[in-house]
Amino acid sequence: MAVWVETERASGLSRRVRSSLAYVLLVISVVPILVGYAWLLIATFSYRTEGLLPKDAEGNVGGWTLANWAFVTDPLIWRVTLNSLLIALAMVVGVGLASSLAGYALSRMNFAGRRGVLSMTLILHAFPSVTLLISIFFVLQAISALPGIGDIFGYNTVGGVALVMVSLDLPLGIWLMKGFFDNISWDMERAALIDGASRFRVWWEIIMPQIRPGLAALAVFTFLTGWSAYLIPATFTIGTKVSNLPVYINYLMSETSPTNWNQIAAVGLFQMIPILVFFFFTQEKLLNIYSGGTKGGV
Amino acid sequence: MEAVVQEQAVEAVARRRPARVSLEAFTFMSPTMLLVTLFFFVPVLLLLWISLTNLSSNTFGNPLCVGGAREVCEALGIRAGGVEFVGLSNYRRLFADRFFPKILRNTLFYVFSTLALFNVGLALVLALLTTHIERRVGFLFRAIWLLPRITPSVIYIMMWKRIAADAPFGILNQFLMPVGVEPRFWLKEAPWLFVIVTNGFVGASFGMLIFSSAIESIPRDYIMAAKVDGATTLQIIRTIIIPLIKWPLLFVTTYQTLSLLASFEYILLLTNGGPGLYRTEVWSLTAYHRALQTYFGNNQWGYGAAWGFVLVVIGIIFSVIYLRVFRFNELVQEPKIDAL
Repeated sequence: MAVWVETERASGLSRRVRSSLAYVLLVISVVPILVGYAWLLIATFSYRTEGLLPKDAEGNVGGWTLANWAFVTDPLIWRVTLNSLLIALAMVVGVGLASSLAGYALSRMNFAGRRGVLSMTLILHAFPSVTLLISIFFVLQAISALPGIGDIFGYNTVGGVALVMVSLDLPLGIWLMKGFFDNISWDMERAALIDGASRFRVWWEIIMPQIRPGLAALAVFTFLTGWSAYLIPATFTIGTKVSNLPVYINYLMSETSPTNWNQIAAVGLFQMIPILVFFFFTQEKLLNIYSGGTKGGV
Repeated sequence: MEAVVQEQAVEAVARRRPARVSLEAFTFMSPTMLLVTLFFFVPVLLLLWISLTNLSSNTFGNPLCVGGAREVCEALGIRAGGVEFVGLSNYRRLFADRFFPKILRNTLFYVFSTLALFNVGLALVLALLTTHIERRVGFLFRAIWLLPRITPSVIYIMMWKRIAADAPFGILNQFLMPVGVEPRFWLKEAPWLFVIVTNGFVGASFGMLIFSSAIESIPRDYIMAAKVDGATTLQIIRTIIIPLIKWPLLFVTTYQTLSLLASFEYILLLTNGGPGLYRTEVWSLTAYHRALQTYFGNNQWGYGAAWGFVLVVIGIIFSVIYLRVFRFNELVQEPKIDAL
């Protein structure tokens, strides 16, 4: 049912005309998006493309091939895929854990500085963190100098990239988590506390299980952010050993000449597989989180 | 009587709790505080500091080893390099830069046209359209519009590069040829068009989602009543819907102004500021180029930091405005559980 148009009195014809106009406009609006995906799909499985047409070596329409997928036997691709996966998983675990701890404290505990931390979270959520990349470079350099830790979380390490990405997404995570906790009735928790359970036990055994859907939504969101990340990995890593899939794809696109677009398209589609799977099964959650992330802020 | 006893008990609990609660809260907050300090607070101060030094590839060293601290650094074995405190000279240099007027114009043009045409304009149109039609279909269109946002930036830009490519590869050429438009290398000839469109297609979905949920929460009676009185669709949009979603409109406008001002990832990938000299170079991209990505291997962190810190100041001002304007106090209720 449409939300704001139909009334019992509106005449059938003009209503139908108007809503078909809406359909036409919407279909036109998504053409560029769909064309982009169509190209990716066609290019992946063809020798080369002219516009959206697949062509073979002689320039005739056709030329379907699986040759572009030869990259799956290249060990390097699996290395960068593993790096992408590590960053994505670090995002899921890191943002999930840190922000549910902080979100719980902000939702349930009254402590000195609570208001300050809350407004800080909101400010940081709105704050454009990419402007800090220049100085984060030096923070990572400093971490690099620490014995032991530096090899895992320093400059030019997958761990360092993951740490920066987790930190920059924390304000959003905390804000979402606080919202989830606020919506949970606190009767059970109160009973447990009166019975002498520690806060930590209450958080882990009583509250966390109740916000599983929220945690899942945040996990999907952070996984996609980590898996797709380009700017931060590109800025804080050098060379393909530590780079992730998007950085590697961009390297193929800009550093090889002539650019083999069709092979790159195949790597791109390869990277899109988990994204499309998540998108297909969790659209509703994603729509909620992409706007819900700010719902608290509105 | 009972109430009084209970009140006293609650007070007693409240008196007993603070110290313990603070310690517990501190434990819960500690991972966050550590990361936020390392990657927000320290970087903001460090950025300000670096912008006051001449730190570059030639003088590379620890930015803190300046002046009297140099000897301490040398004693500790920290590389001091040739870093010097230079006061505001990076900022003076910024405003005197030959390309400053061009970059400023580019930035304003980019931010306000993307905002007006896509992030608010198209977003509002999409929200109106998708709430106008069958609910499930509207949802489907919103989901499709979310795709550019969740597509990795590198792949998304790859698609647009092919759309705007030269003949015979360009998809746009293929579409326009039948209607008699000469094939062109669109990305080279109209770089701004594609910079704005690529960013706009990602940016529009944010406003679309917020506006549609705001429109969906407008009581149906208002619109019914207007219809009964014979109002046209346009009148309904102008006199009922727009005034009722005033706050979301204002929020999306300010929030997206800031995002556009600071973000440069898609421009970096699409045109990298070109073609030619600074054709599509915007403020945030300048900061990035100067400090972190130079062709000659001379990273001017100090100078780039000056460009970046101006944006940080704008970012802080905007963020504080959100807190004030969007009624932060109402969002901060007292936590109930501590009263037990």
